Amino acid sequence: MKSSVPSSSRYHLSQNEAGEMVIQLLGRMDVDTAAELLDNLTTLIKEKSPEALTVDLGAVTHFDDFGALVLFELKHLMSAAKGSFNLIHLSNHPQEILSQVNFESQAKCALPLKAKRSVNILVRLGDSAISHTFNFRLMTAFIGSVFLAFARILWKPKLLRFNDTITHMENTGVNAIPIVALISFLLGLIIAFMSSLQLQQFGANIYVASLVALAMVSELGPIMTAIIVAGRTGSAFAAEIGTMKISEEVDALFSMGFDPTLFLVVPRMIAAMVVVPILTLFFDIFAIFGGLVVGVSILKLSAGAYITQTVDALSLVEITWGFVKSIIFAVLVSWIACLRGFQTRGGAAAVGNAATSAVVSSLFLIILFDSIIAVIRGYWG
Amino acid sequence: MKTEVLIKVRDLVVKYGDNLILDNVSFDVFNGELLFILGGSGSGKTTLVRHLMGLDRPFSGNIVIDGIDLTSCSDADFRKTLRKIGILFQGSALFGSMSLAENIALPIQEFSRLSPDAVHDLVRMKLCRVGLGGVENYRPHELSGGMKKRAGLARALALNPKIIFLDEPTAGLDPVLASEIDELILNINKNNGATMIVVTHELQSIFGIAERIIMLDKSIRGIIAEGDPRFLKEHSDNPYVRRFLNRQIESAPLNAHEQIENRV
Repeated sequence: MKSSVPSSSRYHLSQNEAGEMVIQLLGRMDVDTAAELLDNLTTLIKEKSPEALTVDLGAVTHFDDFGALVLFELKHLMSAAKGSFNLIHLSNHPQEILSQVNFESQAKCALPLKAKRSVNILVRLGDSAISHTFNFRLMTAFIGSVFLAFARILWKPKLLRFNDTITHMENTGVNAIPIVALISFLLGLIIAFMSSLQLQQFGANIYVASLVALAMVSELGPIMTAIIVAGRTGSAFAAEIGTMKISEEVDALFSMGFDPTLFLVVPRMIAAMVVVPILTLFFDIFAIFGGLVVGVSILKLSAGAYITQTVDALSLVEITWGFVKSIIFAVLVSWIACLRGFQTRGGAAAVGNAATSAVVSSLFLIILFDSIIAVIRGYWG
Repeated sequence: MKTEVLIKVRDLVVKYGDNLILDNVSFDVFNGELLFILGGSGSGKTTLVRHLMGLDRPFSGNIVIDGIDLTSCSDADFRKTLRKIGILFQGSALFGSMSLAENIALPIQEFSRLSPDAVHDLVRMKLCRVGLGGVENYRPHELSGGMKKRAGLARALALNPKIIFLDEPTAGLDPVLASEIDELILNINKNNGATMIVVTHELQSIFGIAERIIMLDKSIRGIIAEGDPRFLKEHSDNPYVRRFLNRQIESAPLNAHEQIENRV
């Protein structure tokens, strides 16, 4: 005798005394119905825990692999509960679909599964150690190839891609002038204003000029310019070379007999080395002008006095140090950006990582070398 | 013979600036058929298919997919129509930042309410279906060209769409792989009942599995031939079509003259 149990419009359910459950599925089994059907049937089976389950597909009008999924999950549920599972009234079409997804034995389809990224801390430590060693080797090799390329250029200046260099100069330098001017002008303004608040108390208004000039020319000018260049140009270098790398353009250059370092890196580095000191000079001038605006408008200094004080405060030594620093920063930023570009492998996400990493590494190197130079200068006297 | 019209294109005109690409193109695609679109380079195949996919809007004309006119419908209808479409892009367009399983799970998670475990099992089935069992955790850039195509196909099939576009599915694959992909396409067409529109140059695929072809040509900015490729190969009244399908080069001046005559 069969006892009747609740049914819905999607299936019809009956259960006999032996604990065998028969589910007759109705209508369409596709993307729209699968989730609901699966939810209902799973709760039902967990509730009743039948010893055997028979699924009747006789009244199914549409069957695709979402339907196969429902059957697969039910079968899985039954085998976990050590129950049996049967399909009846299986017509040709569902049978074909089931055989295509290897319903009977999933093992047939599965090649050895490639492991997900391991979460074991030791494995990850080892993994990152290996990749860092590899990166270090690549970095060393890259330094070598950059030196080699520069040596070749010195030997044979014709090898330099002159037009590329000019283009990069324009992109790195000329196009950066508006943002450099804006930032430096405002920074000069702010520093002059903030220092005037203190210096005014001692009646030392005129020293605002010295403070702005010294701070800008020897420290802030080179650093801020290098940071702007890292953000604007470094990321662009890394993204461009990275994209070329993953689209095999770098390989194409290599196979045509070009040295990728000579072709891609040297023009960029030379452009940066030429242009960044000039940008720094612009930065200094605009910053001093910003200070001048505060000096004249708030501190009531005369423009002439402010400029005289500025010139007096600066010595050739200060200017030279600032100049040397800006060249060093230019080399660091353009070098690390190109390196990050060449290290790119994979897809679109890797290019994004290369650009991020170029900027972060640049910032780190800028601050590191600024500190080193400060120490050297301290001993210099 | 399939007769129920699924996609109806009428008087389609496509212009990029002043450059007229397609001029008054009209044709039907029948439900469940395996249609191939071919034509020489620059004949507007890609343009035509991009319009059918809803990626570009035409200058004028109508594109009606399953009763909804893409050129004049509301945004909601447009989105609903897009869900009926699956696309295998020429470069597969798998997302590089995700594993294969995540690539295929993405539309399934978005448009069904299946539990994560069920989605996982379904993704395995989908990959199994295209012969890629066990590679769920690979990233796209770790795969060979043929595997990428299969994975792209699995993603196009994720929601079992009614219409599937395949852009050069066998280009750049070795002959064995190419015929395997052809086999797969035929199989999906038969078992899912999906309408498939294939853009290709591969004559082997065309004669192997195409039910009907539409051939475009630059000279008239539209369709120069339509029908069974095996018939057109021998009996097309346009010599260019015969040459294309027989893979012959343009040789004698007589042919050129004939071609001009046919274009007029």
